[in-house]
Amino acid sequence: MKFIIERFDPNQDQKPYFKEYDIELEPSDRMLLDALIRIKSIDDTLALRRSCREGICGSDAMNINGKNGLACITKIADLKEPVKLRPLPGLPIIRDLIVDMTQFFKQYNSIKPFVINHDPPPEKERLQSPEERLELDGLYECILCACCSTSCPSFWWNPDKFVGPAGLLAAYRFIADSRDQAVNERLDNLEDPYRLFRCHTIMNCVDVCPKGLNPSLAIGKIKEMLVRRGV
Amino acid sequence: MVNAAKKIPVGAHYGWQDWLAQRVTAVIMVLFSAVIIGFFMLKSGVNYVEWKELFRLQLFRILALLFLLSVYYHAWIGIKDVLMDYIKPAGIRVGLQVAVLLFLLACSIWSVTIIWGA
Repeated sequence: MKFIIERFDPNQDQKPYFKEYDIELEPSDRMLLDALIRIKSIDDTLALRRSCREGICGSDAMNINGKNGLACITKIADLKEPVKLRPLPGLPIIRDLIVDMTQFFKQYNSIKPFVINHDPPPEKERLQSPEERLELDGLYECILCACCSTSCPSFWWNPDKFVGPAGLLAAYRFIADSRDQAVNERLDNLEDPYRLFRCHTIMNCVDVCPKGLNPSLAIGKIKEMLVRRGV
Repeated sequence: MVNAAKKIPVGAHYGWQDWLAQRVTAVIMVLFSAVIIGFFMLKSGVNYVEWKELFRLQLFRILALLFLLSVYYHAWIGIKDVLMDYIKPAGIRVGLQVAVLLFLLACSIWSVTIIWGA
């Protein structure tokens, strides 16, 4: 099977280039990550991140035939040949398929991704009703692989100012949490033409999310809350 | 000492107003377009006299102006967004935004003179 992989070693290369690999796959190679590990056994200079190999850790996000996804849960059988692999777009390349996620996590941290509650902590835990817990479905499952944010043109142009779909999904996850008491601070923090309103709902994020989440919907709900608060 | 000018401040505390205005103006544009399309569909072969007759109605003139102002305001928000995305130096961005605003203001005045002039 043919693979074309973008390679870049900052110590040697002036700029990234493409390298072709033609490899024999074994019947046990089902996912793209299996193929990549096979390529790495032939050419150990290839650098990539991977860990859990089952779509939970979010390490092996990359651009697969033009669309962001996780190599470990992308079936080889579904891929068109030659398979073109590139690092996630819009972030600085550290080496080959490994990108520098600092900017991404900076934005994630900026929305304070934790429950803020000023009441004295109860003996055991802060309880939620089943309905309140249901509000978090579709929000809490994000694995922070950055597939969505790095497929978003608004994040490409303003990664330092626009929170990006992953961060905004997380922001709404805490806004929607019945145990959180900082909804106004959170909305204050997002009431900004750059931080939230760079999103023009082109829905690339929804298209690529390997967990099938919908950041656009969450962003729409934050916008709606801001409008309701302001009118 | 930290050079504060190098920090990237965010939190301008506006944004939803533009977002809402863009949607409201879009609805106005759709409704007026529907009226115009309906007018042309009901009256096949509209001639200049009929067209002028339509604009003699004060209500229609106001609706036409409302439509055009919606176009300009919608355009202002959109172009401002594009400039915010692509023009990084704040000084140049403000200059271009002022130029766009002045142009759209001129368009607005021109629209009034056209609609009420004929």
